[in-house]
Amino acid sequence: MKKYIIDLKVVENRRIHELYTLLIMTPIDGSPLPEMLPGQFVQVAVDGSKTTFLRRPISINNVDRDNNHLWLLVRNAGEGTRALMALKADDNVNVVLPLGNSFGMPFSVNDKILLVGGGVGVAPMLYWGAQLKAKGFTPQFLIGARSAKDVLQLEEFEKIGKVYVSTEDGTMGEKGLVTTNAVLASKIDKIYCCGPAPMMKAIAKVAKENAIDCEVSLENMMACGLGACLCCVENTVKGNVCVCTEGPVFNINELTW
Amino acid sequence: MVKLGVNIGGLNLKNPVLTASGTFGYGEEFADFIDLNRLGGFVIKGTTINHREGNPYPRMAETPSGMLNAVGLQNKGVDYFIDNIYPRIKDVDSNVIVNVSGATIDDYVAVCEKLTPLDKINAIEVNISCPNVKQGGMAFGTTADGAAQVARAVRKAFPKTVIIKLSPNVTDITEIARAVEAEGADAVSLINTLLGMAIDVERQRPYLSTITGGLSGPAVRPVAVRMVWQVAKAVNIPVVGLGGIMNGRDAIEFMLAGARAIQVGTANFVDPSVTMKIIDYMEDYCQRHGISDINDIVGMINQ
Ligand SMILES: Cc1cc2nc3c(=O)[nH]c(=O)nc-3n(C[C@H](O)[C@H](O)[C@H](O)COP(=O)(O)OP(=O)(O)OC[C@H]3O[C@@H](n4cnc5c(N)ncnc54)[C@H](O)[C@@H]3O)c2cc1C
Ligand SMILES: Cc1cc2nc3c(=O)[nH]c(=O)nc-3n(C[C@H](O)[C@H](O)[C@H](O)COP(=O)(O)O)c2cc1C
Ligand code: FES
Repeated sequence: MKKYIIDLKVVENRRIHELYTLLIMTPIDGSPLPEMLPGQFVQVAVDGSKTTFLRRPISINNVDRDNNHLWLLVRNAGEGTRALMALKADDNVNVVLPLGNSFGMPFSVNDKILLVGGGVGVAPMLYWGAQLKAKGFTPQFLIGARSAKDVLQLEEFEKIGKVYVSTEDGTMGEKGLVTTNAVLASKIDKIYCCGPAPMMKAIAKVAKENAIDCEVSLENMMACGLGACLCCVENTVKGNVCVCTEGPVFNINELTW
Repeated sequence: MVKLGVNIGGLNLKNPVLTASGTFGYGEEFADFIDLNRLGGFVIKGTTINHREGNPYPRMAETPSGMLNAVGLQNKGVDYFIDNIYPRIKDVDSNVIVNVSGATIDDYVAVCEKLTPLDKINAIEVNISCPNVKQGGMAFGTTADGAAQVARAVRKAFPKTVIIKLSPNVTDITEIARAVEAEGADAVSLINTLLGMAIDVERQRPYLSTITGGLSGPAVRPVAVRMVWQVAKAVNIPVVGLGGIMNGRDAIEFMLAGARAIQVGTANFVDPSVTMKIIDYMEDYCQRHGISDINDIVGMINQ
């Protein structure tokens, strides 16, 4: 897939939470956004500071074709993401996109499909859920968060399919971690998961125990995002492979977890 | 028309802009962003006789105006390169330079012998300075004797242009440069990464799996410019300068210090199209300063 370096303009910086923001952006020159697949990511340039001179990898949260908008969901993790959170409408952002592979299709439209997101890991699940629905599948979502107020983009997910929630304090949905949510005890054919590593590993374990096909999206630290530097490797059954080109999405059978 | 062509120990470059090993993959990774044919050449990833898995993750950490890496020469080995990569890149209208690494002299020689028959490979860059491999690499690059041994063996094993890449992690880099010149090296390139270290103070652990790693990016540039200036005065063979070049201005700085060509490394991660901008800048710079041949600015500060 052809990759591009493009300048985007911030249309809106929607502060959805004290720690998260939704950046809605469009190409400065009005050209249509390139083709992008669910599970892919972009490398965002963070201008300004000497400690943020490398780009930051951010998942594609949504591509709104009607408005030619790219959505990025950003969590405050440090100086670079804070600079992105501080962007204002009409600010310019340089991005390299689209990068990485994408989620694999389920087997059949009758499959029971569960998309699991924890924290900012919900980001790629919105675009993927929307695409699955558009292709005639029936995706369901399981979202994990600390507390009710930390459940991100709930209304967006509810537009696409049924949403199950687990919160650590029980203020929404079931109390506990996503791995103990009752939906996992029902019949599931395919799981897609993105979130903190411990959560993905726990979901992978549940999937293996129940012989459920499962894909996870990894967030290894990256420099180039292009497969050139070999910094982002994950140890797999094939040895060390680049998460930025052969991932970020891996079937759990490929991983050594 | 400004003349941008330069010659590096017998190798003609259409302009002085090369890419640095380990930061540009095999070139193909950047084909969507730049016209590879416009480059003076590109130096591909460190290549060893056997497949190497490299170091465990995590292999990088960002530091002020730079980054540490500890990739550890991950590559599929020279045979894989010859069978699978070479056929895909051999028709590019630019120079392809293979960066050769080894743990023993025999390793270096074996890789050189396999590369010699390849028509498109008219030059190798010999990495005697990688700080990320436990045995070999660094030891050769840090003593004049070790560097001379590798240069002598490689000189015999590879009949085309031999560029020796020097480590900055030494007391006197000019001594190493003179030692490899005496053994018949056609050119030297410098600098490789500076040995560094960073600690995550919250987790109370080093960021890199190997604890220490190689520092690159603009943080190292003044050190690199100084070393290029010193080496260019100490030897008669051409010097290829690199270390923290982010734009055309930085590239010119290295040439004024004495570099006949330059390499762009970490900057490719920040702007994958930066090499094209550097070539354009060079042309514009020469025009602005009334220079008709870029060779005239090499080492200009000494005049
Ligand atoms: C493929 C991919 C997709 C991603 N998608 C999103 C997304 O949609 N939204 C989002 O907010 N974040 C996402 N991330 C994580 C995001 O890239 C990091 O949080 C960000 O780079 C941190 O930069 P910083 O300058 O804010 O923090 P820094 O100051 O650089 O680091 C702060 C802390 O975060 C850690 N960190 C740095 N980089 C990463 C990383 N890549 N992954 C995990 N921890 C890291 C550092 O070790 C440090 O402890 C994604 C990462 C990858 C690789
Ligand atoms: C991720 C990474 C991998 C590298 N791998 C190699 C290598 O395989 N062989 C080598 O000679 N130098 C390697 N280098 C060093 C660079 O080629 C270059 O000497 C150094 O990064 C300084 O230049 P820069 O500041 O422009 O990046 C690597 C550097 C980086 C950042
Ligand atoms: S980030 Fe450079 S190879 Fe993946």
